[in-house]
Amino acid sequence: MKERIPIVEKILSANDHIAAQNKSALDSAGVLGLNFMASPGAGKTSLIEHTIKKLKDRLKLAVVDGDVATSIDADRAAAAGAQSVQINTGGECHLDAIMLQGALSELHLEEIDLLIVENVGNLICPASFKLGTHKSVLIASVPEGDDKPYKYPGMYRGVEALVINKIDLLPYVEFDMEYFRQGVEILNPGLVTFPLSCRTDEGLDAYLAWVETEMEAHRRVVQ
Amino acid sequence: MHELSITESILEIALRHAAEAEAEKITDIHLVIGKLSSIVDDSVQFYWDIVSDGTAAQGAVLHFRRVRIEIVCQACGESYHPEELDLSCPGCGSRDVRIVAGEEFRLEAIEVE
Ligand SMILES: Nc1nc2c(ncn2[C@@H]2O[C@H](COP(=O)(O)OP(=O)(O)OP(=O)(O)O)[C@@H](O)[C@H]2O)c(=O)[nH]1
Ligand SMILES: [Mg+2]
Ligand SMILES: [Zn+2]
Repeated sequence: MKERIPIVEKILSANDHIAAQNKSALDSAGVLGLNFMASPGAGKTSLIEHTIKKLKDRLKLAVVDGDVATSIDADRAAAAGAQSVQINTGGECHLDAIMLQGALSELHLEEIDLLIVENVGNLICPASFKLGTHKSVLIASVPEGDDKPYKYPGMYRGVEALVINKIDLLPYVEFDMEYFRQGVEILNPGLVTFPLSCRTDEGLDAYLAWVETEMEAHRRVVQ
Repeated sequence: MHELSITESILEIALRHAAEAEAEKITDIHLVIGKLSSIVDDSVQFYWDIVSDGTAAQGAVLHFRRVRIEIVCQACGESYHPEELDLSCPGCGSRDVRIVAGEEFRLEAIEVE
């Protein structure tokens, strides 16, 4: 005899559960966690390097780098002056909460203020998997084109800040900033946005000020 | 590619609920997936046949209930279902709109014997 069992469960509830554990581990050590997501080559590692160089005198930083196979990005973060841990996803196109949990166990969280997670370069999958970080930052870049919010709505919906990198290339690339921002506004009204260039440093200060403000706000909350 | 981890999660949830109900076999699985969540039915089905092999859910039929995108215009109150990438209000052209449906991603029911 057939029986129908109603279920109300999010498909990724197991991942969400571990993500919540990660978040409380970060909270109890007073660490602010940022999840950097972007398509391949948008400038995640470049922005992480700038963040480390500019903030390392004031904040203790650690970087967790998700990469399908290499440790190039983790090495770049270490060279810039942060503790870094590499997660090789073994072909997976995104980080999930369990992978981050493993990486956190290799860090001395008590000695860290700011943790940046570089997710795997991909605009689809990482959006579905919560990690337990406090804020998700999407790094768009000018050469990718201005239609990305329309094509990857899930990614643009789920972030708390948006960086538009490589604005130094605006004169050379067809990129309609108004059209791009319209798409963002519908998906994520009022999203804080930082147009900047990791090449010329233009616009970086506003982004860095945001990171420091978030750090301050987080400290007040967890204390 | 993330359809693999998603399919594993679906299996884990289904097996857990079937075990709680002391069912021997899962015959059907009902999923609710909004148009905005980037899940490809065919890949889930493909991985399903692999991951469910040898479990109580082997051979279970996957049913995908696709939920349309629904948007409510904050300016004029119109509710609409955009088919195109343009999500702005067809009535008044406003871009001050809220997405109220289309992001679902959950398991709704299983059928067991
Ligand atoms: N012109 C220009 N190039 C940039 C800028 N930021 C980064 N790049 C270049 O873009 C390329 C990719 O930068 P990465 O920082 O490695 O990008 P990523 O997102 O970490 O890449 P993956 O980890 O491989 O997905 C490098 O050649 C950078 O030098 C920028 O603001 N302007
Ligand atoms: Mg990188
Ligand atoms: Zn309207």
